[in-house]
Amino acid sequence: MTSNPTFQELTKQDYKYGFVTDIEMETVPPGLSEDVIRLISAKKKEPEFMLEFRLKAYRHWLTMTEPKWANVHHPPIDYQAISYYAAPKKKVSLTDMNEVDPELRATFEKLGISLEEQKRLSGVAVDAVFDSVSVATTFKEKLGELGIIFCSFSEAVQNHPDLVKKYLGSVVPTADNFFAALNSAVFSDGSFCYIPKGVRCPMELSTYFRINASNTGQFERTLIIADEGSTVSYLEGCTAPMRDENQLHAAVVELIAFDNAQIKYSTVQNWYPGDKQGKGGIYNFVTKRGKCAGKNSKISWTQVETGSAITWKYPSCILLGDNSVGEFYSVAVTNNYQQADTGTKMIHIGKNTKSTIISKGISAGHGQNSYRGMVKIMKGATGARNYSQCDSLLMGDKCGAHTFPYVEVRNNTAQMEHEASTSKISEDQLFYCRQRGLSTEDSVNMIVNGFCKEVLRELPMEFAVEAQKLLGVSLEGSVG
Amino acid sequence: MTLPTTDSFVSNFELAGKLGSEPLWLRKHREQAFSQFSQTGFPTTNDEEWRTTSVEPIATTSFQPASENNGYKIEKQELESLSLGTPDEKRLVFINGFFAPKLSSLENLPSGLILKNLAEALRSEPDLVEKYLFRQTDEKAPFTALNAAFVKDGAFVFIPKGQTVISPIHLLFISTVDGTVTVSHPRNLIIAEEGSQATIVESYWGRGKYFTNAVTEIVVGDNASLDHIKIQTESEEAFHIATIQSQQGRASRFSSHSTSFGGRLARNDINSVLAAEGSECALNGLYMAGLHQQIDNHTTVDHAQPNSISRELYKGILSGEATGVFNGKIIVRQDAQKTDASQTNKNLLLSKEALINTKPQLEIFANDVKCRHGATIGQLDENAIFYLRSRGLGEKEARSFLTYAFASEMFNSLKITPLKRRLERLVQTRLEGPMS
Repeated sequence: MTSNPTFQELTKQDYKYGFVTDIEMETVPPGLSEDVIRLISAKKKEPEFMLEFRLKAYRHWLTMTEPKWANVHHPPIDYQAISYYAAPKKKVSLTDMNEVDPELRATFEKLGISLEEQKRLSGVAVDAVFDSVSVATTFKEKLGELGIIFCSFSEAVQNHPDLVKKYLGSVVPTADNFFAALNSAVFSDGSFCYIPKGVRCPMELSTYFRINASNTGQFERTLIIADEGSTVSYLEGCTAPMRDENQLHAAVVELIAFDNAQIKYSTVQNWYPGDKQGKGGIYNFVTKRGKCAGKNSKISWTQVETGSAITWKYPSCILLGDNSVGEFYSVAVTNNYQQADTGTKMIHIGKNTKSTIISKGISAGHGQNSYRGMVKIMKGATGARNYSQCDSLLMGDKCGAHTFPYVEVRNNTAQMEHEASTSKISEDQLFYCRQRGLSTEDSVNMIVNGFCKEVLRELPMEFAVEAQKLLGVSLEGSVG
Repeated sequence: MTLPTTDSFVSNFELAGKLGSEPLWLRKHREQAFSQFSQTGFPTTNDEEWRTTSVEPIATTSFQPASENNGYKIEKQELESLSLGTPDEKRLVFINGFFAPKLSSLENLPSGLILKNLAEALRSEPDLVEKYLFRQTDEKAPFTALNAAFVKDGAFVFIPKGQTVISPIHLLFISTVDGTVTVSHPRNLIIAEEGSQATIVESYWGRGKYFTNAVTEIVVGDNASLDHIKIQTESEEAFHIATIQSQQGRASRFSSHSTSFGGRLARNDINSVLAAEGSECALNGLYMAGLHQQIDNHTTVDHAQPNSISRELYKGILSGEATGVFNGKIIVRQDAQKTDASQTNKNLLLSKEALINTKPQLEIFANDVKCRHGATIGQLDENAIFYLRSRGLGEKEARSFLTYAFASEMFNSLKITPLKRRLERLVQTRLEGPMS
């Protein structure tokens, strides 16, 4: 394919969220020990059970080694060089939006998530997490009227310890994997959401994550519980400043859906991906898992992964309840030296459970993109059904696209299909678009957006627009 | 899982004897392979390549090296039933890994074609053997290293430049036991020189409990065309681990048909490297497992150079408490532009207790490629069964009829009619026997 000057220029466009906010921070010195964990727990004034939870996870973490099976390469991470807690100094408990540090509010405005604006116009309730601490939650009262609890995790620990104690670690146990154990030991904040019986959440709930301080890791924890017959749609977005060193982000997300409940979880992940030479960037090692505990429950994951130097993430569904449904829609883009090893696990346990996997991988530059998914149909899962499709698009001759689907079926009434294809944007498609008057750049954007359409249309409106733009930016200059 | 012991093999290395007259290079390689295997031991399920297949039953069994003469006489009829049925069959027969010249038929070989046992070839063609043996395979893989360390004989096939061998060449491996549990490590070397053409059939058959650990190395020269057909009908108690590795030259064509019926634990590693431009490779396989059998097929197609084509179709039928594994890997290297690769795995689960693990895998480092894979797992179509029943067939017959149809698609591309008939009969007997 011929190289196009417009594209070359466009690749040089910088990561536009790469600024640093100058805010007084309170950080604990780098290093990890039981003392640090006790300190974090004490700072957050946590009840005893939380400290026990953390220490149990930490002790188990010490016996574990970093997983090596993923198709990603990075220098060893020094876990003692990371600071495990960083928080803006001013105000820890906030009751009003106006109490938020003006500097911080300016940052969020810069990111395009003006809390004020959101509040008024889009009707999206936002919980913003800055470094490790949740700084503001909007629309709390309005949601409160319906009995919906949407707050930062620390608040939930203080105000709803019973719920936290009951469900924390029930989907992702502390010993689940290396990064989940680390997160369980040191997580500092995150979002908590409880939708009571029969309530349809009237607005999109949203969390915005921002890493600001250097040498810190961000370890947040999200727990969403949808009680019988409830429905919720949840969005998360992430950005980070540009730095030369790699920063670690190890989050854990747990979702629980009871009878007839539905959870839709959408992510637009745009952590700093590192520069053109692959220097810096976020290591995004995330454990996300949903449990369809009740009958007819449904959990749907949608993710657009354009950022991070390395993404290691497998949003999964445990389909425990009969007739439960799991869905996974993903677009992962790797450009320059980005690496992504992402996919899903669908574990069918209940009868007549269904799962759908649509994964679209796009590699450009030196990017390496792997889909790794597992579909497991257990003995009792009579009538289980799975459809998986993973397509890869290659742009440039130095990138790679890989698929590692694992399928395990233990029930003879199960039906499962897996399909995958890999190709490049064909000359014919490009030629067709160009002869209709589109520039190469627009043509590629159009083809890529078409390629991802099945996933993008699953996103809530506001996010879909943002995701489409992000795709355009992430891929610029890759055709050549 | 505890690391299985390799003791029974370690203590046997010195006693095990050697391959032919054993020149120095061979001795060195065997020793190296032995120390390699002693170091790594048997693979465990922590090993990604062996994640779904535990070789514990092999590792915990104490095997005796097979002896050359255990007094077994094969009936003429039995041999007849194992032959291909082609009028002009060229055949090398091995019993427990040892060459059986009396049972082999090597008369009227076309000129230039060399067909003999490896030990003999070491004597008569030392340079050819040295040039190719142990050089096609990954000699670090545990079972390949084990094979190299203990190899005593195998088949040697050399098809000279430009020669077309019309009648198929049959390599027949028979295992029998006389009370002890034995192991054999046949190593076969097949060389198809530039522009040559041939069909090789490798078949395995046996009785009782034993372990076959076979390795076949195949070199397909430029413009050569080689069909390799494997028929694995080991006994129900046998262990069968086999590697087939081919290296392909420019514009060459290689096809592998692998049918796996027997063995309590059977594993095939079929790998093809498309090492030069414009080569073509077809990997086809059928596995039928019933009772407590476990049949595992691992294939790798490695596209190393541009403009190559690969096609792969594996079908599995599982009943009883059987386990099937399919792991297909397609690698497209950075230089291998214009690669066209496709892979399909279809599985039929006939019983509640059967288990299938499938992992089709693509690893692509080039951009101008067309690659796809697909995997399905399902049951017989109830509508089709209903249709057949409405035409007067019993339910059992209808099911067996449709299952047979599912399997027999695999034989469509076979050119040798008697062989095709034999395979179809084998499928039928299995459907009526252990699969029903």
